[in-house]
Amino acid sequence: MAQRTVESIVGLFMIAGLAALLFMALQVSGLSPKAAESTYTLYANFNDTGGLTPRGRISMAGVTIGTIDSITLDKKTFQARVKMAINSDVDNIPTDSAAVIRTSGLLGEQYIDVSVGGDMDSLKPGDTFYTTQSAMNLERLISNFASGR
Amino acid sequence: MGSSAYISLENVVFSRSGRRIFDGISLDIPRGKVTAIMGPSGTGKTTLLKLIGGQLRPDSGSIRVDGHEVPRLKRTALYALRQKMGMLFQSGALFTDLSVFENVAFPIRVHTNLPEDMIRDIVLMKLEAVGLRGARDLMPSELSGGMTRRVALARSIALDPELIMYDEPFTGQDPIAMGVLVKLIRDLNSSMGLTSVLVSHDVTESLSICHFACIIADGKVIGQGTPEELRAHESERVQQFLQGQPDGPVPFHYPAEDATTDFGLGGKV
Amino acid sequence: MLDHVRALGRTGIDVVVSFGRSGQFLFGVLRGVPKPAVGFPLLVRQIYSVGVLSLAIVVVSGLFIGMVLGLQGYTILSDYGSESAIGQMIALTLVRELGPVVTALLFAGRAGSALTAEIGLMKATEQLSSMEMMGVDPLRRVISPRLWAGFYTMPVLALIFSVVGIWGGMLVGVEWLGVYDGSFWGNMQSSVEFVDDVLNGVIKSVVFGFVCAWIAVYQGYDCVPTSAGISSATTKTVVYSSLAVLGLDFVLTAVMFGNF
Repeated sequence: MAQRTVESIVGLFMIAGLAALLFMALQVSGLSPKAAESTYTLYANFNDTGGLTPRGRISMAGVTIGTIDSITLDKKTFQARVKMAINSDVDNIPTDSAAVIRTSGLLGEQYIDVSVGGDMDSLKPGDTFYTTQSAMNLERLISNFASGR
Repeated sequence: MGSSAYISLENVVFSRSGRRIFDGISLDIPRGKVTAIMGPSGTGKTTLLKLIGGQLRPDSGSIRVDGHEVPRLKRTALYALRQKMGMLFQSGALFTDLSVFENVAFPIRVHTNLPEDMIRDIVLMKLEAVGLRGARDLMPSELSGGMTRRVALARSIALDPELIMYDEPFTGQDPIAMGVLVKLIRDLNSSMGLTSVLVSHDVTESLSICHFACIIADGKVIGQGTPEELRAHESERVQQFLQGQPDGPVPFHYPAEDATTDFGLGGKV
Repeated sequence: MLDHVRALGRTGIDVVVSFGRSGQFLFGVLRGVPKPAVGFPLLVRQIYSVGVLSLAIVVVSGLFIGMVLGLQGYTILSDYGSESAIGQMIALTLVRELGPVVTALLFAGRAGSALTAEIGLMKATEQLSSMEMMGVDPLRRVISPRLWAGFYTMPVLALIFSVVGIWGGMLVGVEWLGVYDGSFWGNMQSSVEFVDDVLNGVIKSVVFGFVCAWIAVYQGYDCVPTSAGISSATTKTVVYSSLAVLGLDFVLTAVMFGNF
């Protein structure tokens, strides 16, 4: 076969590969073209984070507004300190909002739900949620119920 | 010997997988002549060519080609030296995915930057020399054994080498193809002044074209000289080889224990 | 008894020696990169015969594997009423595991064995030797383009495999079994991460491509130049490549997705 024909076919082959990669990026992994969205940081302290993991979802009214950056232990208070990256366009979270750890479905993964407060002021980058609600621990709930406390 | 020797081997020792193939062989191959190296199969004639071409390295001893010490050459120098050598392999070794024309053009394309029309002229000249100009568009699989060897010959002379080595050129050829090859080898030698080394065990054909011949067996040279000298050689082994006698210094029987005991005929029960 | 120990020792030494030789061989190939003007057409031709000609088997296998995943996933997930997670399941298994691994296994069987046989035959018919005698390094001229072709084509093939597989899974799940189109893609998009899943899959297939092509060309180059030698080298190529791919897949998966 002539070298030109081979070259064209190989060219098409490579284009098919690129198209496949593009399909993977856009359709399969839902990567939006404006890739790196700018975010700001908020903190929340929990008594028990349960099965919360980094890269977990943070949502408000069911809409994802950010991801969990890291979870560390505060050695003074013995609480878990969760660092969250909130999308910059959500810049008006009222200061008295609460961060609640919820589970999607009965056995699904855990995420942080921000339940909105009524304050006029908004949380600024670096602020900490005042009210938090820790993970619902099914086991503890049952044992509490059983021992009648 | 001196300056007239194009290739000279001195005390070359070579062994492969524990078996000593050459045991201090010394040999001079004169410039511009046809030299035949003959010997029984399995004596390492092809190995000798590979040593000269630098594809194998000897355990000790010196191999000089045109004044270069082959085993000590660096890769680049060795590859440069090989451009002055042509080698005709036993099987022809044509590139099966290239046409006859492209096969002959291959060394020219790799080693030179000649324009396409010049390459075409050279290739056609070389193919004309072996009488296969009309076969240029065939693929190697469409060629007969004799034609394959002629194309391979055209390819090995494509870069006008100074030395050409023939590895068993006559094996498995019909009488006509053999006659063609004999004529070609002789013509190439006289017209281009090539130094030719011919490895073969076809005594008649080899002696009919060579200027010098040498017979090797058991890792040594057992006889060398012009064809006339060899025919008059007093060594029994040389005579046995040249005349193809079945029994002689080289026994007909592979070493074995005594036949009577082996067959159980010795009288013992 | 001592004989067995000795045999074991000899096998061990042989294995180490062949590893060493293949490493040396790889070094020789990588060092001898041909000049772009000469090397590019050779590379293109090899990508054609290694990659484009493997496309058919990759596409067909990808389609069927995707469809099977769709069916199996549906029957299992519908027990829990979560058959809409089928998109996520198909995409993750294909992108992370099946795409790179199955493509590599197909590649070893289709292209790797052909490479070994081709090079082995070139060795048996003295083509490599004659090339050497013409002052052309066969490592550079014959081996290097084939090795790089494997390196370049495997990720392309694996991506095409995954895309076709996802499409096949959608065909079964959405068109045939009636999973809602939006949740099929939506679930997939929310769980598949481009960098962590897709790119890691691509990295896997690059590694597999390199290893498969390396094994194939080495076995061909190192084979005993007889018909029996070539056939055993071809078998070895397929066996060693498959083992290497599965073993490496575990290592790479542990490193990439193992969270440590």
